[in-house]
Amino acid sequence: MDLILEYRSQLVTGTVMTIQLALASLVIAVAFGLLGAWAKLSGSRVARRLALGYTTIVRGIPDLVLIMLVFYGGQVTLNAIGDATGLWGYIEISQFVAGAGTIGVIFGAYFTETFRGAIMAIPRGQIEAGISCGMPRQLIFRHIIWPQMVRYALPGFTNNWLVQLKTTALVSVIGLQDLVYNAFTAGRSTGQLFTFMAAAFVIYLALTGLSDIAFRALNRHYSRGVERA
Amino acid sequence: MTGISALKVDNLHKSFGQHEVIKGVSMEAQKGDVIAILGASGSGKSTFLRCINLLETPNSGDVYLAGEKIRMKRNRHGETVPADIRQVERMRARLAMVFQGFNLWSHMTVMENVLEGPLYVQKTPKSEALEKAKALLAKVGLADRADYYPAHLSGGQQQRVAIARALAMDPDVMLFDEPTSALDPELVGEVLAVMRDLAAEGRTMLVVTHEMGFARDVSSKTVFLHKGEVCEEGAPGKLFTNPETEQFKAFLSRMN
Repeated sequence: MDLILEYRSQLVTGTVMTIQLALASLVIAVAFGLLGAWAKLSGSRVARRLALGYTTIVRGIPDLVLIMLVFYGGQVTLNAIGDATGLWGYIEISQFVAGAGTIGVIFGAYFTETFRGAIMAIPRGQIEAGISCGMPRQLIFRHIIWPQMVRYALPGFTNNWLVQLKTTALVSVIGLQDLVYNAFTAGRSTGQLFTFMAAAFVIYLALTGLSDIAFRALNRHYSRGVERA
Repeated sequence: MTGISALKVDNLHKSFGQHEVIKGVSMEAQKGDVIAILGASGSGKSTFLRCINLLETPNSGDVYLAGEKIRMKRNRHGETVPADIRQVERMRARLAMVFQGFNLWSHMTVMENVLEGPLYVQKTPKSEALEKAKALLAKVGLADRADYYPAHLSGGQQQRVAIARALAMDPDVMLFDEPTSALDPELVGEVLAVMRDLAAEGRTMLVVTHEMGFARDVSSKTVFLHKGEVCEEGAPGKLFTNPETEQFKAFLSRMN
């Protein structure tokens, strides 16, 4: 316990980094998920094919491979393109951007499926009722599709988020000092790996537990009008 | 004929793929007319109604609302599409629709369902919209259900809310798409009673229905569609006592 207190600042900064990574990648993932779901349900064949390619490729490759590919390969590729075209100068991708970006894009593929299923679960007639009242498209989205989509999406969303939160641990391989990285470093330098991994265990559990409470509240909010079992 | 008709449909055609469902149907409703549209399933009667407010896009033909034509154009694939979606939205707001499956918004209370159109489409001031919504719910006999969610109402009650929701838009013409077909027999009466009141008030209504009694007693004109064409039409008194075509005779004997 004394050891943990001694290293608490590392654990705290690591936890803050993990939370920042998780939230940043969540924002990216939700944006990609909405875009992907829209593309999959759109009338445009090109959009549907692009979205299918995205979800097929991303869901078919290990997260770790993609993270390393983006971090080690992305920068080289971007700069090669910049050199060749002269459109931009030297770019350096930070570890945070590479980590949050990659995890966001990966989970965007899962959110695509979650959102697509949720939109399809809304009875078509309710959308037709909106159309026949003369509601413009974006009003139908905001007032009819969105609130119901959130309700249908929440179980899958919660699941995706929990997996995503834990996936941030992978960024320690590209040297980002998240909770796992700092706990591991502290554990090695003190020779008490078990103690620090146990601390990480408890912190992760606290984070997922807190998320669970938050999602329950959201679920209650978006379940209005629905019989609760 | 007094001036411009409330609704005029001119030579409407609609195909799904190779299958032509509506083969040139025209119809005209004066203000206060109640037109009952009858037909066997597959006769195209619901499709016809859905083409009027462009829930389905007709392949050709024109729809005029109080003399104003809904403008259509051809896109680059040669399909007919609305020329101006804003105009279509404006027209839809004047053409309220009541569906077979009620289609109430399940995440909104009864009151919110009725307020949605006036508040967010017509931008009516809240107090005014609220007052009108209360009056309409009272009119359909559901003043005490304003805070209920659709899931907690019977089918007949849900359909009466849907009628109140349609009325809240102050529509020029109301389109009813088999409003009682999804109801248990004992709930049909309460919905028909509300519709009779509306007809008596002089509402212009197009009603696709299987309720022969309603067509006979309430409609000012009855139209019988058969295989996507108007097979027989006229005053219900004449039509029901003296059907001219074999198809309508056969239809009537099947319904009775």
